[in-house]
Amino acid sequence: MFIVKNKNIFLWISAILVVASIIPIALFGLNLGTDFKGGTIVEIAYGQDAPSKDEVMSRVVSAGVESSSIQTAGTNGYLIKMKPISEDQRVVLISSLSGATMATSSASSTATSAQVAGFQVKRFSTIGPSVGAELAEKGMIALGGVALLIIIFIAFAFRQVSRPVSSWKYGLMAVVALIHDVTIPTGVFAYLGHFYGTEIDALFLTALLTILALSVSDTIVVFDRIRENLRNKISNSFEETVGISLDETITRSLITSMTVILVLLALLFFGSPSTRDFALVLAIGMFFGTYSSIFLASPLLVTAYNRQETKRLKK
Amino acid sequence: MTKIRVWALLLLIIGLSIGYFDYYSEKAPVDSAFNKPFKLGLDLRGGSQLTYRADVAKIKPDQVGEAMTSLRTVIERRVNSLGLSEASVQTEQTSIGLKENRLIIEIPGVMDVNEAVKQINKTPLLDFRTERPDGPEKVAIVKAQEELLARIKTAGTSSPDLLAGADPLAFEDANFVPSGLTGQYLSRAILELGAGVSLGPTIGIEFNSEGAQKFGEITKANVNKKVGIFLDGELISAPVVREEIKDGKAQISGQFTMDEAKSLVRDLNLGALPVPVQLISTQTVGATLGQEAFDKGVMATLYGFLLIAAFMIIWYRLPGLVSVVSLSIYLSIMIALFKLIPITLTAGGIAGLILSIGIAVDANVLIFERMKEELKRGKTVHNAIEDGFARAWTSIRDSNISTIISASILYWFGTAMIKGFALNLIFGVTISMFTAVVLSRTFLLSISPADISLNRFLFSGGFSSGKKSVDNEQLTVNYKNKS
Repeated sequence: MFIVKNKNIFLWISAILVVASIIPIALFGLNLGTDFKGGTIVEIAYGQDAPSKDEVMSRVVSAGVESSSIQTAGTNGYLIKMKPISEDQRVVLISSLSGATMATSSASSTATSAQVAGFQVKRFSTIGPSVGAELAEKGMIALGGVALLIIIFIAFAFRQVSRPVSSWKYGLMAVVALIHDVTIPTGVFAYLGHFYGTEIDALFLTALLTILALSVSDTIVVFDRIRENLRNKISNSFEETVGISLDETITRSLITSMTVILVLLALLFFGSPSTRDFALVLAIGMFFGTYSSIFLASPLLVTAYNRQETKRLKK
Repeated sequence: MTKIRVWALLLLIIGLSIGYFDYYSEKAPVDSAFNKPFKLGLDLRGGSQLTYRADVAKIKPDQVGEAMTSLRTVIERRVNSLGLSEASVQTEQTSIGLKENRLIIEIPGVMDVNEAVKQINKTPLLDFRTERPDGPEKVAIVKAQEELLARIKTAGTSSPDLLAGADPLAFEDANFVPSGLTGQYLSRAILELGAGVSLGPTIGIEFNSEGAQKFGEITKANVNKKVGIFLDGELISAPVVREEIKDGKAQISGQFTMDEAKSLVRDLNLGALPVPVQLISTQTVGATLGQEAFDKGVMATLYGFLLIAAFMIIWYRLPGLVSVVSLSIYLSIMIALFKLIPITLTAGGIAGLILSIGIAVDANVLIFERMKEELKRGKTVHNAIEDGFARAWTSIRDSNISTIISASILYWFGTAMIKGFALNLIFGVTISMFTAVVLSRTFLLSISPADISLNRFLFSGGFSSGKKSVDNEQLTVNYKNKS
């Protein structure tokens, strides 16, 4: 009952968190990676004598390629980003980076491999802008599609509980909670993107979609209990029913979320670097997802009910 | 009681054998039937992926599918001819925005794709065109071309902006119209010497049956007119048609040197492109990076599993232990599925597997929490187990369905890595429903001991001690919740 009695406090906290997340997004924008904007990424590693950053930069320039950023990656490596380049340019670039004396662009490919001992191209990716734009579009549709399907699914699953609050309202509250769940990690990453250069790539969108799914599962667990208690008429007051349901399910919600966060921590600390940011987004999302299932979705239901009743009594 | 115990034992043995299979399939000698290593995606194995866009503007819409299939075959042959037998070539049609037809080539183990790209660039584009009749269309094109030329002359150069702003008609061929007969209908090409009008080498081509039919129609409709033979967009020969050719054979006699003719014959036989292609994206991953990603993925899975196992046992005590056993069997089943289907493993796929472990355990948590409640209500241990499972099922089912819905949409949306993640999530969630409900329940019921307070303690979890908070014994109502 504690949660429901103090629902206004919790609703305010959520509102503040969401606004606090929107601010970085509005101020800094989203640092979209090459998955969406197109572009080239080259990750290289040298053997013992790695050239300095400036030296690497000059090699890039002498290959005739315009780079947009060079970061260090690992002990002897660099991560270079630039606009999309053609296959011929790639050959020239790799050759130049490896330290070989500049040959013409028709140099045979065998000459480029391991010119300087220990040099290796760890990975290379060039994505044309059309591919990127398509992914971005698909991503938006996927987000919208999932949200819509979830409303429909919840309204359907809870269709027999139309009193006292109609079933589509359950769906609506779940979606409000989802918006909260998705905005906060995005805000965090807008902040990280601006100050640390963290990029938003296709995996980020994947994480958001997964958060939607898991958070809604959690919300369903709570709603399911409300449904059962309503059916068994454990109380005459809707507010009390919700409150009791929350008390009953809070342990379970916390634990199920905690198990997922535990595995995500394992992925974050022990997993491959390519999935590290992904694990971070998911962990943040799960945490706030649980928060929203317990402290947001259900209190919102009570608020909706109260509004509904005030309107009804006024007639 | 015995029946349940027998089942439990049976399931345990099956689970153990699956686990053993997983282990053995890694260690078995290479030629044994049991040697089933993981099928690794590019990001775990190292290799390259090339994405080409096919330009189908000049093909009728209903022929696009056929053209893409033949494109795929031609490119595959070419890539294989380089000795890259493990390469895979696939077509894909993007479904949103600009409708694009794409070709995706994956070459595991090869970092330097330059050779492959060069080879693909060498694939000839062969098409046959008929004369454009004199008329307003032709006049308009000629006019546009003259206009463009004049503009280039005054500007001094032909800058990209100039070309972009020009009338598109200027780029059409004033003299020839595509006929729909392209290199995809070729069945073979041979080198001929001294045949035909010129003394140099000529290339005899034979069409397949469909091509022969098309060629027959074209020649019939164009007697005494020229048919233009275009190679890579350039006119190489424009013989005049004397009569309808029904046998599907023709000769290309351009000004070829011997070497040119030979390589053209070879290229044509490897396959001629039905449509032009353009490289739009390249990705390569080094083998060391791939290995690192794989090793770390395995570590993360292991640690994730251990963390969960530790928590479950500490918090849920005896049922927790049972859930760890179910979870181990779940993991074994998943790994076996990866090997047997086989499912291509990517870094994203591993993330999906790890996440599914977290979700799999949730089903158990839901059930155990329910059991705790039933124990508090005064039910016997046995009844608490039965009711716990019965009542938790609807929650489990509904929350997993939403995960499956989202994962399905993810599968549609994403790149290979994301598809791997989504697929593993769907499999994982589905199978975990089985292991949690069937396995855990069977094991728990088979242990199902007498209703004494020690057992009540062992069967509750967290801070609960299992004492009855309600004094009266309730009648067991075993019902399935209908939603």
